[in-house]
Amino acid sequence: MKVSRRELALIGVWARAEAAQSSPSFRFFDAASAREIEAIASAIIPSGDSPGAREAGVIHFIDRALETFDRDQRPLYQRGLAQAQTLRRRLFPASRDLASLNSADLIRLMETLEKESAEFFEAVRVHTIMGFFADPSYGGNRDQVGWRHIGLTTGHHFTAPFGYYDAPEAE
Amino acid sequence: MIAYRPRDVVDFAIIGAGAAGGVVAKELAAAGFSVVLLEQGPNFTEKDYSHDERKFMFDRVLTNNHRQQPNTFRVTDKEKAVVQPAVGYGRQVGGGTVHFTGNYWRLHPGDFNERSRWGAVPGANLSDWPITYEELEPYYTKAEQELGISGLGGANPFDGPRSRPYPLPPMPAKGSGVLFDRAAKKLGLHSFPAPLAILSQPYRGRGACANCGFCEGFGCEMRAKSSTAVTVIPAALRTGRCELRTGAVVSQIETDALGRVTGVVYFDARKASIRQRAKAVVVCANGAETPRLLLLSKSARFPHGLANGHGVVGKNLMWDTGMLAMGLFEQPLNEYKGVQVTRVLHDYYDSDGKRGFFGGGGIDARFDWYPMGFALDGLPKDVPRWGSGFKSFVGEAFTRTMSLCGHTTCLPVEGNRIDLDPAQKDAWGLPALRATFKNHPDDLKTLRFVLDRQLEILAAAGARRVWSDEVKDVAFSVHLMGTCRMGNDPRTSVVNRDHQAHEVPNLFLVDGSSFVTSGRQQPTCTIQALAYRASEKMVAWARRA
Repeated sequence: MKVSRRELALIGVWARAEAAQSSPSFRFFDAASAREIEAIASAIIPSGDSPGAREAGVIHFIDRALETFDRDQRPLYQRGLAQAQTLRRRLFPASRDLASLNSADLIRLMETLEKESAEFFEAVRVHTIMGFFADPSYGGNRDQVGWRHIGLTTGHHFTAPFGYYDAPEAE
Repeated sequence: MIAYRPRDVVDFAIIGAGAAGGVVAKELAAAGFSVVLLEQGPNFTEKDYSHDERKFMFDRVLTNNHRQQPNTFRVTDKEKAVVQPAVGYGRQVGGGTVHFTGNYWRLHPGDFNERSRWGAVPGANLSDWPITYEELEPYYTKAEQELGISGLGGANPFDGPRSRPYPLPPMPAKGSGVLFDRAAKKLGLHSFPAPLAILSQPYRGRGACANCGFCEGFGCEMRAKSSTAVTVIPAALRTGRCELRTGAVVSQIETDALGRVTGVVYFDARKASIRQRAKAVVVCANGAETPRLLLLSKSARFPHGLANGHGVVGKNLMWDTGMLAMGLFEQPLNEYKGVQVTRVLHDYYDSDGKRGFFGGGGIDARFDWYPMGFALDGLPKDVPRWGSGFKSFVGEAFTRTMSLCGHTTCLPVEGNRIDLDPAQKDAWGLPALRATFKNHPDDLKTLRFVLDRQLEILAAAGARRVWSDEVKDVAFSVHLMGTCRMGNDPRTSVVNRDHQAHEVPNLFLVDGSSFVTSGRQQPTCTIQALAYRASEKMVAWARRA
């Protein structure tokens, strides 16, 4: 059977996605920066009653983004993470890293980061939200937790009624 | 597929395999002419499509890539244009008909003579079309029948007369449509089933829509969207007289000493320059790229660009004007399922002297959002952008929100235009497209007026919360109209009523650039009706020549 380039590429994507699901290895981040960026992501979409960015594996989406379609944002992440650490030391001199801040302190840091490192903050915010809702093959939205959170079920075929108002009994 | 040699003098070279070019290729090839159809983008099939929002909405797989093809933008001539995406268009076989929502509105009879009906509008270049609705009606019907349009003829009381019903029944109302109907009834308005270029039932070898929900911005994996890529272009190729060449970026239309077109020069996929000879050239490259190509095609005889002896090429650019309003409801609508739009109303479509400004709009009920887009750009301004408040709002609102989209008048203004940037180049070394655009003040008044009606309708539908963006000048458009307008006077228009360039008898221009007024957006239906009509005129011309 002839396998096209596109199919090979798709197999590659699939294999990498499988790897992302089963192992915690990163291609762009080292383990420490992955933990720090994940802390920021977890403030953007917190865990709680339902899974957040952490459980969705958004960090794997971001790692992949910085390896592929958003490679040009690498310097921004490197610079931004350094700024976040400077800010952390200023606000919480006794702290060790972002990942070990309690949630109230993390939110306080994020509010300042949003103002002082707006470009970096926005990049992580966009990536976190994209990763939470992207196709799980990108490494985030693990077990479709992002889609479940908003009530989206996947499918290539739906049959009306789709919701409450177009159902006959709604009349 | 037949293969012509570049030195063969084919009857027609067509530039752009989109909404218009696909129709023209099929009509000319079916009439017996040899045709080379050039498309700068690739030829995708349904295997290339998926529901990957990140890929299709953020990587611009189906539209022009601004990294390869930067455009520059400025509001007025006083500024230096800066590189900033301002123009979007479909860039593959099928063009915009591949990824469009599928709204398929005919113009109203009154759209063709707004200047006569309302008089001059200060600061605008408002003119009547050189053709009437009655002249175009048979071609609207032909487009609907050949391409496969779903709808309910006669359901819109503001529509002109039609000679045949739609070939397919409308899609059933989804939640947004039911709520829209309910509100319209309450307010005394006339909602009607959306005419759509999407099959509600199997038609001519293609299957019906499966309600997957990924129409706008995506290619249809079911071949249920009636793009030219799955309708007329395959038919053109089946004639054995049409050759489709993809990855072909046209750099110049060539002319001889008499000012007649002799062929086109393009870069093939390997960036080798190819010269294809042709007896006539048809440009269907869209309302931005068509004028750009004419301006690129300078010669001793046409020092200001081809067919531009009177400086009209590129002017009177009209853009995609209209705003979204959102409403949050008590119960889930699950608007992400099914086609985007199922209901429309045209009660505010025509101008009304009592309003104190020129213009009007149509309104449709839809859900314009996929998950990432909604979470990033679709929320009310006072909802937190991150954190637990953000998370809980998105979680609650995604299935409970619907949008109303306004589609409003964009007045033609001479200073709004497409031309060549003096410094910026694209990836082929060609001068980049420069857009200069500022809405006429009446456009903004129309936007405000129609947006207020949208908010009223949402409130009447029972929304417990409504929100929208702020009214402001349009700075990005996917509807590109008016830049080579048709008309009877060669000093004020580029093509005649048969789409033939006034200054070049064997050059035809058919796409959004031909429009004299913007209607109320949703130009694809009229682009395709014009393409059917123009093709008939070209066939008659070529048989005479």
